[in-house]
Amino acid sequence: MLASQFRSKLLTALLLAPAGAWLFVFLVLPFIAIIVFSVGERAPEGGYQAALTMAQYANLPARAAAFWNTLILAPIGALACLLVAYPVAYYLALKAPERWRLILLALIVIPFWTSLLMRTYAWMYILGGRGIPALLAYAGIEDLRLINTPGAVLLGIVYGYLPLMILPIYVSLERLDRRLLEASADLGATPISTFFGVTFRLSLPGMTTGFSLVMILLLGEYLIPTLLGGGKVFFIGNALVDLFLQSRNWPFGSAIAVTLVLVSVVVLFIANRVSARFSGTRQVDLI
Amino acid sequence: MTTAPIPDIEFRGVAKRYGAVTAVSGINLTVPPAAFVALLGPSGCGKTTCLRMIGGFEQPSEGQVLIRGNDMAGTPPYRRPVNMVFQQYALFPHLDVENNVSYGLRQQRPRLSAREISLKAGEALAMVQLAGYGRRKIHELSGGQQQRVALARALVNKPAVLLLDEPLAALDKKLRTDMQIELQNLQRELGITFVLVTHDQEEALSMSDFVCVMNRGSIVQVGEPSEIYHEPADLFVADFVGKTNLLTGKVTGSSGASVDVRLADGSMISARSRGNLVAGQDISVSLRPEALRLEAPGDGALKGIVRNRIFLGSTAEYAIEVPALGTLMATSSHQAALGGLFEPGEPVAIGFADGAPLAFPADTKNGQKQRETKDVEIVS
Repeated sequence: MLASQFRSKLLTALLLAPAGAWLFVFLVLPFIAIIVFSVGERAPEGGYQAALTMAQYANLPARAAAFWNTLILAPIGALACLLVAYPVAYYLALKAPERWRLILLALIVIPFWTSLLMRTYAWMYILGGRGIPALLAYAGIEDLRLINTPGAVLLGIVYGYLPLMILPIYVSLERLDRRLLEASADLGATPISTFFGVTFRLSLPGMTTGFSLVMILLLGEYLIPTLLGGGKVFFIGNALVDLFLQSRNWPFGSAIAVTLVLVSVVVLFIANRVSARFSGTRQVDLI
Repeated sequence: MTTAPIPDIEFRGVAKRYGAVTAVSGINLTVPPAAFVALLGPSGCGKTTCLRMIGGFEQPSEGQVLIRGNDMAGTPPYRRPVNMVFQQYALFPHLDVENNVSYGLRQQRPRLSAREISLKAGEALAMVQLAGYGRRKIHELSGGQQQRVALARALVNKPAVLLLDEPLAALDKKLRTDMQIELQNLQRELGITFVLVTHDQEEALSMSDFVCVMNRGSIVQVGEPSEIYHEPADLFVADFVGKTNLLTGKVTGSSGASVDVRLADGSMISARSRGNLVAGQDISVSLRPEALRLEAPGDGALKGIVRNRIFLGSTAEYAIEVPALGTLMATSSHQAALGGLFEPGEPVAIGFADGAPLAFPADTKNGQKQRETKDVEIVS
């Protein structure tokens, strides 16, 4: 009896070992290192020097602009994604003809097969001097600058992360019991009341999943602000690259990274709560 | 000037097609006010389609559906004075019991006050014996309780007609019987029309004032339960409603509503018919198990051997093998069986009252196929 129990536990441990080891080496250890770095000091020649100080955290306001940009553009970007994604997911799940559904879904996912870097470069051209502004110049609208603006970054964000928002919303709408919609209509609710009273409420888990997914990825976004925002729209991701690779101020970079992780955790926690509260279901699928 | 009251529901020549497939056709039905009507039939017979056309979830391809005299063509579900209890209830999982029940009240314009809404919802919950359950979550309720919430949610809106789509199918037998009685009581108290869709003939017979038997997209017979049972319109109804024995034979002569029949085993009996049979025609004779009388060998019209007996307390069911006719089911009460119980293996004669056998034109594709969908019968 005891021996077999021990054996089954051993087996479980063995099966979990590779994943556990992987997470430990590549997630837990680096994170501990980052925490240790964040209370240290910058060595004179760059890098890390052991110390125990909160000076790096006290210095966070020096990068307030990056935090500010991220904390404003990430939620706005996620929200813009949500607004664009919801009608698409709604159409796919509830209106699209059954036989077209898979093809349409594939069309949404296929761009993912190309590197985001290439697709963002394409946007650089489209928004750059020889792209849309050049076309508009023919129409008499001169001197319109699109590239290197917050608007361009937002556009890139929506473009890049849209599928990540569409898919979870699609899943939650697809799973929606159609008879609930009929029941709502039967009880006298107009289509609009049914949408807000039933459909919207029951797709909240999908929306919060999509929102937190996009939001968390945006908090660490580096590529899109660099290419489409020029030097002007600095995200935390850009600040981190700058601190670790250029100015080699590891402790300060670490402090920023730790703060970023904390913010992400708070975002996830709130999203989880909101979703559980309003959809009423205990099951909340987060990522 | 109208003498007859306006019917609650009326189907006028209704047909529904999905592409090339015809779900129902030629439906004409008039449901008088405050009636309990059952749409009864095997799965796929079109009864649910009819119910959904009343609810407004399907539009007829042909004909009209009227509710209280108003043609409902183009009227969406949310503007119809009917409410539905859905199969598996379709309760809103994100709302608690009270908010499920008050959902319809909150859709009403002009708006009701919050006090009025909670008062009415409370009354509706009390009506289905769920007072005090208002704050429960739907997933915390048992199947029977969910059923009651679904009922309260529909009835709270005071519909002209309550539609019930196989409402008891998901409940166990004990609960189902309780709910049958409760539904009947509710219908009488509220005095509104209930339309019940079911494939369970016992449920239809026991609950409703009128049964509308459907098969293959058409109405086969409409009548009171006893009429449906005792005077079935055709072989399908005879076979689908209640248990029966079907014997094959040939008409040898007819006089009005009575025909002489030679059964497959050569014995001659007379049977009632609807006057549509001619000499020489192949027919099926329906004999209800309770119409059969078991007697000592030598007397009855048919002779067989007892193959199996199931003792049920007040009655006993016998399976009797009759050569060339197959196995017949017979139900006998003990008062009738004066000679005591027959034992398996014993030879026995079968008698029946004169009016008991009913003759129908043989229609193998209708009658026989549908047997598969019937409740399991006791076969030795």
